[in-house]
Amino acid sequence: MIDEAFGGTVLSKILVGLKRVVDYNVRVRVKPDGTGVVTDGVKMSINPFDEIALEEALRIKEQGATTEITEVIVVSIGPADTQQQLRTGLAMGADRAILVQTDSPVEPLAAAKIFLQLVEKESPQIVLLGKQGIDDDNNQTGQMLAALWDRPQATFASKVELEGGKAKVTREVDAGLETIEVDLPAVFTTDLRLNEPRYVKLPDIMKAKKKPLDTVVIDSLGVDTAPQFKTTKYEPPAARSKGIMVKDVAELVAALKQKGLA
Amino acid sequence: MVAKILIVAEHAGGKLNPSTAKCVACASSIDGAQIDIAVFATDGAAVAAEAAKIQGVKTVLTVNNAANAEPLAAVLAPQVVAVAANYTHVFGPSTTFGKDLMPRVAALLGVGQLSDIAAVEGAYKFRRPVYAGNAIITVEAPQDKKLVATVRTASFQAAAQGGSAGVEVANVSASLPSHTRFVSRSAAATGRPDLQTAARVVSGGRALGSADNFKIIFSLADKIGAAVGASRAAVDAGYAANELQVGQTGKIIAPELYVAVGISGAIQHLTGIKDARTIVAINKDTEAPIFEVADIGLVGDLFTVLPELERVAG
Repeated sequence: MIDEAFGGTVLSKILVGLKRVVDYNVRVRVKPDGTGVVTDGVKMSINPFDEIALEEALRIKEQGATTEITEVIVVSIGPADTQQQLRTGLAMGADRAILVQTDSPVEPLAAAKIFLQLVEKESPQIVLLGKQGIDDDNNQTGQMLAALWDRPQATFASKVELEGGKAKVTREVDAGLETIEVDLPAVFTTDLRLNEPRYVKLPDIMKAKKKPLDTVVIDSLGVDTAPQFKTTKYEPPAARSKGIMVKDVAELVAALKQKGLA
Repeated sequence: MVAKILIVAEHAGGKLNPSTAKCVACASSIDGAQIDIAVFATDGAAVAAEAAKIQGVKTVLTVNNAANAEPLAAVLAPQVVAVAANYTHVFGPSTTFGKDLMPRVAALLGVGQLSDIAAVEGAYKFRRPVYAGNAIITVEAPQDKKLVATVRTASFQAAAQGGSAGVEVANVSASLPSHTRFVSRSAAATGRPDLQTAARVVSGGRALGSADNFKIIFSLADKIGAAVGASRAAVDAGYAANELQVGQTGKIIAPELYVAVGISGAIQHLTGIKDARTIVAINKDTEAPIFEVADIGLVGDLFTVLPELERVAG
């Protein structure tokens, strides 16, 4: 759909990825048999970076006439219980949700291929994803989707400014802040300072129950989701040896001297 | 089968980033690996000459193109793919440069990526942290596919100097997109050591209370020749710039000395410093988790301790 009145492009939809992960505050522990981490009875939440992605999508939509975004769609790949996280996303303000249902873990490349299928169906102008899942810490899916889609990527975004069919994105890089300009459609991945996600209010939770949540069986998408990598062992990290406590600065300096550091 | 490893050099301002020599160290721990480095630049001669001195490198390839003036992943990725044709492995650093670029390379090659290699167990077997470092996993990659990976730079000591690799100019024909354009970069020119590679780091947390108070961290750092870091809480509160954040989602560092001032020690922060040789913690809260990992702990008010430390240090 092309609208000549708006710089030649209609910014119609934003697709947001929401990953279900072990909650940020949970101290994750390795199972004694080394086959994984303990997830039974552990609180699950939306990946914090994805929550920031959804908040950004909602703010872009709420800017109204200046952006012409009419719909925010939240998407997740995961087991049936992932509906909880999608409902939270709907309560935050997303218009509808799509769950690509699977009980098997999905690697980032397969996730990117699944997103590409949805992108081809929904034709969004922006795909917003968290820069990394706080479970596998991979930091890959957004970049992979952008590659497969043959579109720009603006990763680790801390500021997004839309103008016509373009976006100016400020990125958090090791050297400081970098600004790039990309043509839309494009993929953005979020960093922590992009925004502070809103709290969900009770009436919105009630309203969210009536919003559409479609479930797609993963096999129907024709994407090869067989894992490429095999995790053979989980171990707890090596513990640091017990240190010493000093009572004042003089003792601190003496201890540093002993280590050849002062 | 001999592992033929291509390392994508990270560089800026005509200088090679130390992350590249750390990738070489990682690649060198694979038995019998043949290691080449590729430099993508407008004119990569100076950077290539630096890269050629890293021990263990066979050949440095320079890919010169005006489009390579800035490290844009969308522009670099097709060129990396073109050069990667003759290699079994393609490595980049786990810095924002490598994290941005390498997954794009992997997807164009139609393969997955292994992020954050922390240890090498074989040409296709590695260890890496997950869950903010709360678990270390052993991962096997398929041997019939090209392996694209990022190297967790804090886990490797830079490969030594003294090598003399050959330097070749590589001609790459790849169609490059124009949909992504560099606008600007703002980096505070501090004159301080680089946080990612500094031997000493002084870091401040939420307890500093304000950007103005945070100056005492800079002051101590300058006195002992250290880089400055910050906890996420301090960055979120606006006391310190984003590029100073140390932790799971910021920089992962491994200095000789890490001084944590007024940092409670959330697990996400600890994962960024656990490879530091010596950790010093200064905090007024006896129960702060930072003391569980500190080699030397001092319970006290940072506003008293720091000026005193600055007087006697250096």
